[in-house]
Amino acid sequence: MKSIKFAFGISLFAFAAATGSAHADKMTLYCSAQEDWCQLMARSFEEATGIDVNMTRKSSGETFAQIRAESANPKGDVWWGGTGDPHLQAAEEGLTQEYVSPMRDQLHDWAISQAESAGNRTIGIYSGALGYGYNTDLASANNLPEPSCWKDLLKPEYKGHVQMANPNSSGTAYTTLASMVQIFGEDEGFEFMKGLHANINQYTKSGSAPIKAAGRGENTIGIVFMHDAVKQAVSGFPIKVVAPCEGTGYEIGSMSIIDGARNLDEAKKFYDWALSPEAQNLALEVNAFQVPSNKNSETSPSAPDMSQIKLIDYDFAKYGSSDERKRLLQKWDEEVSTLPQ
Amino acid sequence: MRNVSVENTGLSVLIFWIAAGWAGFCLLPWYGIEDGFFSFAWLLDGYPLDEDYAPAAFLIAQSEKMWLAPLIAPLLAPLFVLRRRKSDPVYSATLILAGGLGFAWLIAQGFGIGIRGFSYEWLNAVFGELGDRQFGMGYGALLVATAFLFLFTQGIAARGAINGDVFVVSAIGGVIIIVATFVFFPIVRMLVAAFVTDGGHYSITVFVSKFFDDRLWGLGCFWGARCGAAWNSLFLAVLVGIITTGLGLVFALVVTRSGFRFKRGLRALTVLPIITPPFVIGLALILLFGLSGSVTVFVSELFGIQPTRWLYGLPGILIAQTLAFTPIAFLVLIGVVEGVSPSMEEAAQTLRANRWQTFKTVSLPLMRPGLANAFLLGFIESMADFGNPLVLGGNFDVLSTEIFFAIVGAQYDQSRAAVLAMVLLFFTLTAFYFQRVWLGKKNYTTVTGKGDAGVHPLMPRRLSFPVFAVAGIWGAFTIIVYGMIVYGSFVELWGVRNTLTFKHYITAFSVGWTEHGLHWSGAAWDSFFTTIQIAAAAAPLTAAVGLITAYLLTRQTFAGKNAFEFGTMLSFAIPGTVIGVSYILAFNVPPIEITGTGIILVVSFIFRNMPVGVRAGIASMSQLDKSLDESSLTLGANSWQTFRKVILPLLRPAILAALVFSFVRAMTAISAVIFLVSAEYDMATSYIIGRVENNDYGLAIAYSTTLIFVMLSVVALLQFIVGRTQIGRRTQFATRT
Repeated sequence: MKSIKFAFGISLFAFAAATGSAHADKMTLYCSAQEDWCQLMARSFEEATGIDVNMTRKSSGETFAQIRAESANPKGDVWWGGTGDPHLQAAEEGLTQEYVSPMRDQLHDWAISQAESAGNRTIGIYSGALGYGYNTDLASANNLPEPSCWKDLLKPEYKGHVQMANPNSSGTAYTTLASMVQIFGEDEGFEFMKGLHANINQYTKSGSAPIKAAGRGENTIGIVFMHDAVKQAVSGFPIKVVAPCEGTGYEIGSMSIIDGARNLDEAKKFYDWALSPEAQNLALEVNAFQVPSNKNSETSPSAPDMSQIKLIDYDFAKYGSSDERKRLLQKWDEEVSTLPQ
Repeated sequence: MRNVSVENTGLSVLIFWIAAGWAGFCLLPWYGIEDGFFSFAWLLDGYPLDEDYAPAAFLIAQSEKMWLAPLIAPLLAPLFVLRRRKSDPVYSATLILAGGLGFAWLIAQGFGIGIRGFSYEWLNAVFGELGDRQFGMGYGALLVATAFLFLFTQGIAARGAINGDVFVVSAIGGVIIIVATFVFFPIVRMLVAAFVTDGGHYSITVFVSKFFDDRLWGLGCFWGARCGAAWNSLFLAVLVGIITTGLGLVFALVVTRSGFRFKRGLRALTVLPIITPPFVIGLALILLFGLSGSVTVFVSELFGIQPTRWLYGLPGILIAQTLAFTPIAFLVLIGVVEGVSPSMEEAAQTLRANRWQTFKTVSLPLMRPGLANAFLLGFIESMADFGNPLVLGGNFDVLSTEIFFAIVGAQYDQSRAAVLAMVLLFFTLTAFYFQRVWLGKKNYTTVTGKGDAGVHPLMPRRLSFPVFAVAGIWGAFTIIVYGMIVYGSFVELWGVRNTLTFKHYITAFSVGWTEHGLHWSGAAWDSFFTTIQIAAAAAPLTAAVGLITAYLLTRQTFAGKNAFEFGTMLSFAIPGTVIGVSYILAFNVPPIEITGTGIILVVSFIFRNMPVGVRAGIASMSQLDKSLDESSLTLGANSWQTFRKVILPLLRPAILAALVFSFVRAMTAISAVIFLVSAEYDMATSYIIGRVENNDYGLAIAYSTTLIFVMLSVVALLQFIVGRTQIGRRTQFATRT
């Protein structure tokens, strides 16, 4: 039985080690962008300021759930990245706090209007347009015509070849739903979603999963943000990116300071730094092809050229609000997702 | 201790807990320390007077937090009974009152006063605004609470409960309290949410409308649409339960009852899937059988068949879960199959039964508890599994992923998640009930104090052919899957650039030298070290709690035993996603504030995995004859000594199973973890998911491969430390005492 005591002792030691640690200047970052970008942001901020960053990466939906669950006793300081809607929703529920950064006059108008629509509780850090990409190998293997518009995706030959995320779990897919409603009008938009449903082979959990599956050859067409599709193409996967001809919606990746942040000063420092061109240029190092919000930041030559894409006048205030969101999602759940495929 | 009389042992235990209570009250910081207790920075930072670090006694002396003052009375009271005899009614009454009231007051003040003063409106109405607040309790409070609990149980024991056995009563009390705190309390918090409307009010109609939702109970799959998640889950779980139990039995038979030469290899092979991080089997299956998988492409070129996405949905989940959960069934069944006494089988053969008759009428029925437990575990595991349906589910919705989506989704519908959790719970509890009915009240004891000498007979020939065939196919399949995993970790970009590279291992685990010495520069080190620590902390605790509970359930009778068993099994029936969210809801606010720490991860693992320890313990213990304990007790040992010296050594297989399982699960679990990891305590699995989400299969698989090898060596180490089974059959020469 000595050995059991021994094992137990080791366990207690490990337990003690696991529960203890101490740090001086630090902040906690909830990051909803891609992992390597998150890592790079955290490390670069540490180098620039000497403030220790605890970073957790989760999708924007998961982060939003966590912030809401922790609202009585917040653990995080800054929420950086991820599509803007959950940030707006958090602002609406008072989960994030107001802050006007001195960096604001360097930003593009769309970033500032994002802040204004949320009472300065959030701000735009990058933007990206919605579109889709397809695997050229699979498309030619299955003799599929090249799609170029949203409505092309409704053609019967694409049956079982299209993938998008579930709007209930993904900000990207909700943006798709809201964009269709804005492009085609609500009734026709839902007719489009129903037609699309017939061709969908799977609703994924994560927003960018469809194009990743397409890259690996597990799927043909993925409806995603174009910068995600570009990234797959740049990584060497046979992906062609399409900016649909009818025009398209877009997201504004956002950043917010969590209400009740324990390290407010450090949080503000991070916030200002994240809006600077130096911080935003880091995106290029990790193949993030979104358009940065600071006018002085560089854009990648591989990034979709926002001026060439027909962007709709996306109503972030309306479609980012909880009520509209719930209504659309419920309608999609009841009228679209239950249809036979 | 062995030579000290029972009476004196009782007294020293009493003195110990009184002293512990006072130490918690006067020495340790009462409230939780933000930087962590074990940094010991608080010792130099104003302790004992600073309000954040002060023990309760110092707080009261400074007229702070005066609601702690009433605790002094129940701490003082037990001192007055030290000189009294145990049989004195005053002795027991004092201890019961002091322990009970002290504990109750501790709980009441903890819930009554939170970070914003009084937590409930009516307290404000009765006493007025408090003007003070308190944060989560710390080690001081924890020690005092523990002391009160055990003073209380000693009082109960002194009154004569369970023959005045302090150890048994304390163990029951301890298990009840921790299960109530870490299983029932969060679940109740969560289930209350099932009746909450958007506006924060309570309503039955909300519950009803969500319960009878078509997405849950729809039967559309009979006419082309989709079935509800409830039916999908049920169907899948029954299939997985049956298949894994069958395969587990097959392997247990091959290992124990055949002349098969490569038993060790087979044993290692069956253990492999259990030490594989989630997603990895799924990823390997996709790389093999997906639309562009190696096998799919090969077959489609060979036969000219159009490749399909057949893997995504029920078939994929079924294959992955069968691979993943068969080892659990095997671990449960191996102990049982080994434990069936050869004397019984010999008796049958002496009576001229042939091998098949012996197997069918003697061996198999004696394995019933194991079979039932294996099925139950497979069923529940499948119901709660989250990783495989996420990767391979396609459009086959199951309850566990639906719960996840209900919580993390844009709808953030906690009440829907709670309703789904209730359905899941209903299924698993029903399975639990049927298992009990099937086992009935029959006796499965075959390991007795009486000597039995014999070797297990070989399997009947009729059985051995199919058994070997199944084991062979399964073994080959497992080897292929794992070959793919290892190969995948060395491939630059799967399916696109198939050049071999060490790139992924270097990214994850590079080590560099800097002027400060060794620098762990790889991306995966942080989460790797955290994971090892948490797993090493959780495994022995899980095994201890599980085996003590199993001992209480099989060896003791006490009022409310069925409720006790139900309670200890409950956490297993609740999927990890629900545990995760309910833990965040319950433990983010005082009195117990442990979110964002490593403790919450350890605790969640203990209570997620405890039921496996319990089941393994029960399965083994129901085979140990009670006469063993009785003779030990007759010879003057108390129940603690009996447990330690007699039962525990005979339980080595169960201990090993519990240790291995909980360590491995702590390293591979994902569903609860994804909610509970924090920036400081990121776990390997959540890091791997991040890589998978990022299409970085190479790094994810490289990391997983490393974890597999780490776990293999830990399993081997544990096997070495705990030692091999010593049930004393003829294969071993002598039994150690």
